[in-house]
Amino acid sequence: MIVAEQKSLDEMKTLIGEAHNVLVVGCGTCVTVCFAGGSREAAIVAASLRMATKLDGDAAAVSDVTVQRQCEWEYLDEIAEQIKAADVVLSLGCGIGVQAIAEHFPQTWVVPGLNTSFMGLPTEQGIWAERCAACGDCLLGRTGGICPIARCSKSLLNGPCGGSEDGHCEVNPDIPCAWQLIYDRLSSLGRLDLLLDIQPPKNWKAARDGGPRKIVREDLRLAVEEE
Amino acid sequence: MAAQPYSNGYLVGSNLERVLRAGHFAVTAELGPPQSADAEVIRKKAALLKGCCDAVNITDNQTAIVRMSSIGAGTIVVQEGLEPVIQMTCRDRNRLAIQSDLLGAYALGMRNLLCLSGDHQNFGNHPTAKNVFDMDSIQLVQMVAAMRDARVFQCGEPFKGPEPRFFVGAAAAPFADPVEFRPYRLAKKIKAGANFIQTQLIYDIPAFKTFMEKVRQMGLHEQVYILAGVGPLKSPAMARYMKDSVPGLWVPDEFIARMEAAGAPWADIPKDQLSKEDKKARADAWKQEGIRICIELIQQIREIEGVAGVHIMAIEWEEAVRPIVEGAGLLPRPSVSAPTAQEASHD
Ligand code: SF4
Ligand code: SF4
Repeated sequence: MIVAEQKSLDEMKTLIGEAHNVLVVGCGTCVTVCFAGGSREAAIVAASLRMATKLDGDAAAVSDVTVQRQCEWEYLDEIAEQIKAADVVLSLGCGIGVQAIAEHFPQTWVVPGLNTSFMGLPTEQGIWAERCAACGDCLLGRTGGICPIARCSKSLLNGPCGGSEDGHCEVNPDIPCAWQLIYDRLSSLGRLDLLLDIQPPKNWKAARDGGPRKIVREDLRLAVEEE
Repeated sequence: MAAQPYSNGYLVGSNLERVLRAGHFAVTAELGPPQSADAEVIRKKAALLKGCCDAVNITDNQTAIVRMSSIGAGTIVVQEGLEPVIQMTCRDRNRLAIQSDLLGAYALGMRNLLCLSGDHQNFGNHPTAKNVFDMDSIQLVQMVAAMRDARVFQCGEPFKGPEPRFFVGAAAAPFADPVEFRPYRLAKKIKAGANFIQTQLIYDIPAFKTFMEKVRQMGLHEQVYILAGVGPLKSPAMARYMKDSVPGLWVPDEFIARMEAAGAPWADIPKDQLSKEDKKARADAWKQEGIRICIELIQQIREIEGVAGVHIMAIEWEEAVRPIVEGAGLLPRPSVSAPTAQEASHD
């Protein structure tokens, strides 16, 4: 899932500026699960902004609504009227949700209420950790299902570096060393032989380094055209 | 990658390669460039190291703190008549920048290269920087070995003219985790094309012997020149810091105790009553003990089969190198004549 965190109330206030009619839009998918931008958080943010702008002496009308998925236009169509009526939309979706609104409503001023952090999972109550960096050429099959791109601080393909100690990364004792994890897992599965091969330099073209990415599925395109 | 040596048997013919191939116990040292554009600092440090080592490593933004570039400082070192080992990390440059810098470095007379992943920028003075890590150190070794032996860029295109020929080095951290994997990682670096290895600082001789035993079992010492990293302790605090906070560094308590004992005459004076002279005398006593320990370490390391030399890291203390090398009985440094121009021209 996509994991995000709320911006501070101060930053949200700055982002909505002088607007009077503010619509907070939550999203019912990833950011609901990570307690950053679901319907509950949207209601709280709206109430906090109402309170804060009132205290500042210029109360804004802040309402909130949450769609099932902000990153698909069909869900946004359901709230098109509310979006168009707002002076500013404060999206509590991830960065994709914010852009979906901007793209779908050319006249609407939309600002982000979240910082989209990473793709990961909850490891414990209240803790989320990064797992994938969408490199476009998944190599988990060679590393026992543990990602060195997202989880090694240096994205090494032939780790571990000399900074690995007591299972943690040199960067921070709170970061498990991805290569120690890979080593332990391959060792317990009897596949340490995989670590003896030299992994060649990665083709970063499949990652963001090759420019913005796009997938075209001809099979699905044909189906559309045949309809 | 089968290396193609010159007809005289040398891959590169650098002084370091010649000394190692001749079977001498090699000595390399380290020179940290300044956090400024001051060439004079390099000249002064070069003067301290000249004659007491076979080549000198010039660090590349070590600990992610911006300093004069390794190649820039290396150029000055060459002018001073000392042979540099250029260091190159994967942190700051992608494959384009690394290759272009290496073409320049070779053109400027550099012949040895140490390939490193690099300390993460979080440690340094620009923690908000973006890192690169386009390649890792093993891939870097492979690339520079292929630049020399297959005479191609990383993309596979041939050079349009002479190729850069470096004596290729890599690092080894025998005591970093997972410790059992370290000899295999060394084997990977050799497979990638490393010609020499410089290790992390060694203080724990029994542990290093165990590592070297595995290295010998695997026959690795016959495929690469291993230079053991050593360095003089400066104070008990430094020894404790290294033991507790530097990954992959094991400092036996015995050395911490010796460093403390060296400062014992001042131990009972309350901190605020220590005069400037006292502090200086104590620092000198510590340094002398640090140098003594370092000499002993070298003498013990020399006895270990498969070790081809030592790499002395006296960080911001280049003055210590000469007494260490001298004390270890490694002066004068051997002179192995350079390959003649004719010998050096390869087919
Ligand atoms: S290898 Fe790439 S695609 Fe696979 S988990 Fe890691 S970043 Fe994601
Ligand atoms: S310590 Fe481990 S996770 Fe950290 S950079 Fe090194 S190999 Fe990667």
